[in-house]
Amino acid sequence: MSNKKILGYLILILIIALSSFYFLNTYSKDQALLSCNCPPGFQLTEVNTCVARNLYLQYNSLQNSGVGGLKSALPTPRDGFSPQQIDLGRLLFFDPILSKDKTISCASCHNPYKGFADGMPVTIGVGGAVQTRSAPTIWNVAYLNSFFWDGRATTLEEQVQGPLYSSIEMGNTRENLVASMNKIGKYKKLFQEAFPQSKNNSIELDELYTAITAFESSLVSLNSRYDQYAHGYANALDENEIEGLNIFRSFVARCAECHTPPLFTNQQIAVIGVPELEGKPLDLGAEIPNNDPSMRGGFKVPSLRNIASTAPYMHSGSKETLRDAAEFYNLGRGHAVPDDENLRLHWHIWEPNLTDVELDRLVDFMNTLTDESFMPLIPAKVPSGLAVNIIKPMVKIKP
Amino acid sequence: MNFSNKWINVLVLITLFVGGIIMGKTFFAKTSTYVPMPTTAREFDSSAGSDSSGIVSAASLSGDILEVKDGESIVNAVKKAKPGDLIRVYPGKYKETVYIDKDNISFQGVIIEGEWPTLDGEKELNDAFLYSGNGILIENFKIINYKGNGIMGQAGNNFIIRNNWVVEAGVYGIFPEFGKNGLIEHNVLSGIEDAAIYVGMCDNIDVRHNEVYENVAGIEIENSRHCLVENNYAHNNTGGILAFITPGLPIKTAYDIIIRNNFIVDNNHENFGAPGSIVSGIPPGSGIIVMAADDVTIENNIITGNDNAAIGITDLSMGANLSNDPDSEPNPDRVVILDNYMENNGNNPVGEVKILMKASMLDSAPDIIAIGGGTGSCIRDRERYNTFGLGGWGQCATADTKEVITMMLDKPVAPRAITMEEKGNLTYYGVCAGCHAYDVRMIGPPINTIQAIYNNNPQGMADFMADPTHKREDYPEMPPQNYLSPETRLAVAEYILTLKQ
Repeated sequence: MSNKKILGYLILILIIALSSFYFLNTYSKDQALLSCNCPPGFQLTEVNTCVARNLYLQYNSLQNSGVGGLKSALPTPRDGFSPQQIDLGRLLFFDPILSKDKTISCASCHNPYKGFADGMPVTIGVGGAVQTRSAPTIWNVAYLNSFFWDGRATTLEEQVQGPLYSSIEMGNTRENLVASMNKIGKYKKLFQEAFPQSKNNSIELDELYTAITAFESSLVSLNSRYDQYAHGYANALDENEIEGLNIFRSFVARCAECHTPPLFTNQQIAVIGVPELEGKPLDLGAEIPNNDPSMRGGFKVPSLRNIASTAPYMHSGSKETLRDAAEFYNLGRGHAVPDDENLRLHWHIWEPNLTDVELDRLVDFMNTLTDESFMPLIPAKVPSGLAVNIIKPMVKIKP
Repeated sequence: MNFSNKWINVLVLITLFVGGIIMGKTFFAKTSTYVPMPTTAREFDSSAGSDSSGIVSAASLSGDILEVKDGESIVNAVKKAKPGDLIRVYPGKYKETVYIDKDNISFQGVIIEGEWPTLDGEKELNDAFLYSGNGILIENFKIINYKGNGIMGQAGNNFIIRNNWVVEAGVYGIFPEFGKNGLIEHNVLSGIEDAAIYVGMCDNIDVRHNEVYENVAGIEIENSRHCLVENNYAHNNTGGILAFITPGLPIKTAYDIIIRNNFIVDNNHENFGAPGSIVSGIPPGSGIIVMAADDVTIENNIITGNDNAAIGITDLSMGANLSNDPDSEPNPDRVVILDNYMENNGNNPVGEVKILMKASMLDSAPDIIAIGGGTGSCIRDRERYNTFGLGGWGQCATADTKEVITMMLDKPVAPRAITMEEKGNLTYYGVCAGCHAYDVRMIGPPINTIQAIYNNNPQGMADFMADPTHKREDYPEMPPQNYLSPETRLAVAEYILTLKQ
C-alpha cells in the first residue's frame, strides 16, 4: 500500500468522521430546536407547563359556565402541556406521514391560511374521498367540551383519532401509524424530549394524540376588535359594527342566545334545519351518536370567532358567505327541512324578519371577531422529510 | 289600548302593596316643578367597588347626574357617562335601543304630572334596553312597541329594574340573563308574546310587587337558582307563574325557588306565543306550572279562576318538540306545596286533562295536577284541594318559609379580585406575547432589549405603547395599543420590567 493510498484512506475516514460528526451535531441541534418556550397566550410554569393567560381571566361567569356577556369568563381550557409537547404537536400537525398514503396532514383540512378550516364545503380525504361535513376551525378548541359537528367526542385526544383512522379522511390504521412513526429516528428523539417520563424508547400512539392535542389547544384567538370593545375600549367598533352587535344580541335575531360570548358558542346541540348541499340526503347529525331521534338533524353550535376566515358555512358547507349564513335564519322556520321530515327545530329558530340592512350589519359585526395574531409558525420541513404543502395564499385574508 | 284601565290596575297594585305607596307619592306628586328624588342617591353606593351597585342604605350618589330631555338621545348620554353616574330622562318620546356596556350606570325616568319618559320602538326597533354591565339600575320608564325585549341584561350582576311600565314590547318584557343578585319590582307589563318577566339562567333574584297581565307567560323562572317570586299579581295570562328547566341551555339546573304571596287569577288568555316557542305549548288556564325544576316551594298564593289548573307539575316529557338533553335532569323533585288558597280553577281543562279525568273517574278538574317523575315532594293539608297524581307525595314537615326574607345576597357580587400585577401578567401573555418574547426576536424586539430602554421608566413604555413611532428600521412599526386602558398599559409596562425569562 502506497503512502498516497494510505493518505487517501485517511482522508476518506476523516471525511466520514467529519460528516458523521456533522450529522450527529445537526441531530442534537434538532433536539434543541424543539421549543422550550410557551406559545403566545401562555405562561411557562416552574414545572415546565404552559398555562393559558388572557384578559378574560379578569372576569367570572355565572355557575362557571363560561357563557355570559362582554365581560364574562371563558370556559375552563385544556392547558398545562409542556412547550416541547406543543412544539412536537406542531410538527405532527403539518406532517403528511400521519395519513395512509402520506399525502394529507391535519393542516390539509385545518389550514392556518384558511382560518384552520379548508375553504371547501366538505373536506376531501385520501384518494379524493369526499367527506359529508365541512371542516370546522380549530382556533380556540381548548375551550370546547365536545368535538365534531355531532359532538360525539368529549376530548381532543378522542377527536384526533377520528380523522386519523377514518377511511374517507386520513385513512390510516393504528398499526401502520405506529410502525411508520417508529421508523423515523428523528421523531423518536423528539418524542423522547417531549415525553421524558416515557419508559420505553418507542413512540406510543397516546403520546402522539397528546402532542397533537397540546398543539391544537395552543391555538388561541381572543384579541379581535370585538375583544377590545368587550374589555372596555368603546372606539374599537364603528357605528355599523355596534349596530350589528346590538342586532346580534337582540331578541329579534337571537344570535347570542346560542352563539354566546365570550366564546360565541354555548356548546349545545341545536336542530336548526340547515339545508344540505344540492342532492345530498339529510345529515342526521347528533341523532346517530346519541341514538336519539329527538336530536335528528342536530349539530353543535360552532364558535363564531374567526368566522370570516372559514367560509363556506354550516355543517354542510351549503352557505357560501356570512351574509348567506345570516340570511338562513331569516328565511322562515324549517324552510329547508325536507317535506317528509319532522325535525324538533330549536325554539330560537323563528321568523325574525330582519331587514337587508340589519343582515349587513350582522355581517359587519361578525367580521370584527377575526384575530389571527397568535398564528403558529408553519414548519418549513417536517421530520418525515415529506413536503408540508401548506402554501401561503397570494391574497391575504382580510382581517 | 285603554290606558285608564292600566292606571286603575296600577292603583290597585299600589293599594295592595306597601312598597307601592312610596311609588304612588312619586307618581302623583302634584307640583308641576316636582322632580322625584333620585332613588339611586339613597340606595346606590358606587364606592362599594368598581363592579357593584350596592343595595346600601343612606349612601350618596358618587357620580354625576346627566339629564336627557325630549328630543335628545339616551344613547349619547350613556356614551358620556362614567361608572357611578345617574342618567335622568325627562318625559318625552325616545326611539332608541339603549345599550350599556359599562358598569354602574343608573337610569331614572322622571315622571311629571303623569307624563312618562317613553321608549317607543314603533315596532321597528328590536330592544329598548340592552345591558352587559354590572350594577345597572333602570326605573320609571314606559317602554312600548319593541320587537325583541323591553329590558334585556346579558351577564350584568347586581341589577335593579323597577317601576317600569312595559306594553307590547315584544318577546320578553324584562329579561335578565346570566345575572347574579338582581331585583325586579313594581313593574307593570302586558301584551308580551312570551314571558313578561323572564329570569333566565340567573342566580339570587327577587321578583316582587309586579303586575303582569295579558301576556303568554306572566313570570317565568328558568334554569335559575335562588329566586323569590313574591307579592306579584298575575292575571289573564296564558300561564301565570312558571318555574322551568328548559333542556338544551348551557346552565342546566333550576332549584331553590319560592313562589309566595302572589295573586294568580284568571290566567285564561289565549296562547299567542310564536310557533315553536316553548311557551306556545302552555295550556290556557294555567296558574302555576313547575316543569322539571327542583326545590320549588309554593306558599300562600291566592290562585283562582284558572280554567285549566291552579298548579301543574310536570317532567320534561311534557315539553314536547324539544330535543332531549342528556345533561338536563328531567324530573321535578322536592316540590313543596304549603298553605295556598285555590278556588274556582279547572272549569275548562284542556283535552289531556279531560282524558285524565275520565280515566280516573273524576267529576271535577283537579286544582293540582302532577304528571311524570320526581321524588321527595310534599303537600300540606292536601284535603283542601282536588288533586291528581299526588299519590306519592308526603305531608310537608315545614309550615312556612318566613325565615327567607330575600334571595338576594346581603352584599353585591364583587368582581373577581385582580391585582395590578396580575393585570399586567394577563395582558403581557394574553396580548403582547403575540409579538414579543423574552430573549428571542419575534415580530417585535425581545423583552430584554425593551427592558434596557425603559429601565425604571414604566410610564415611558406605557406612553409609547399607546402611540408608538417607528424607531427601528430592522423591525416593523408597532400598532398602537391604545385600546388598553392607561392603567392596564402601566400595569403591563411594570410587569414587563420585572420579567426574567
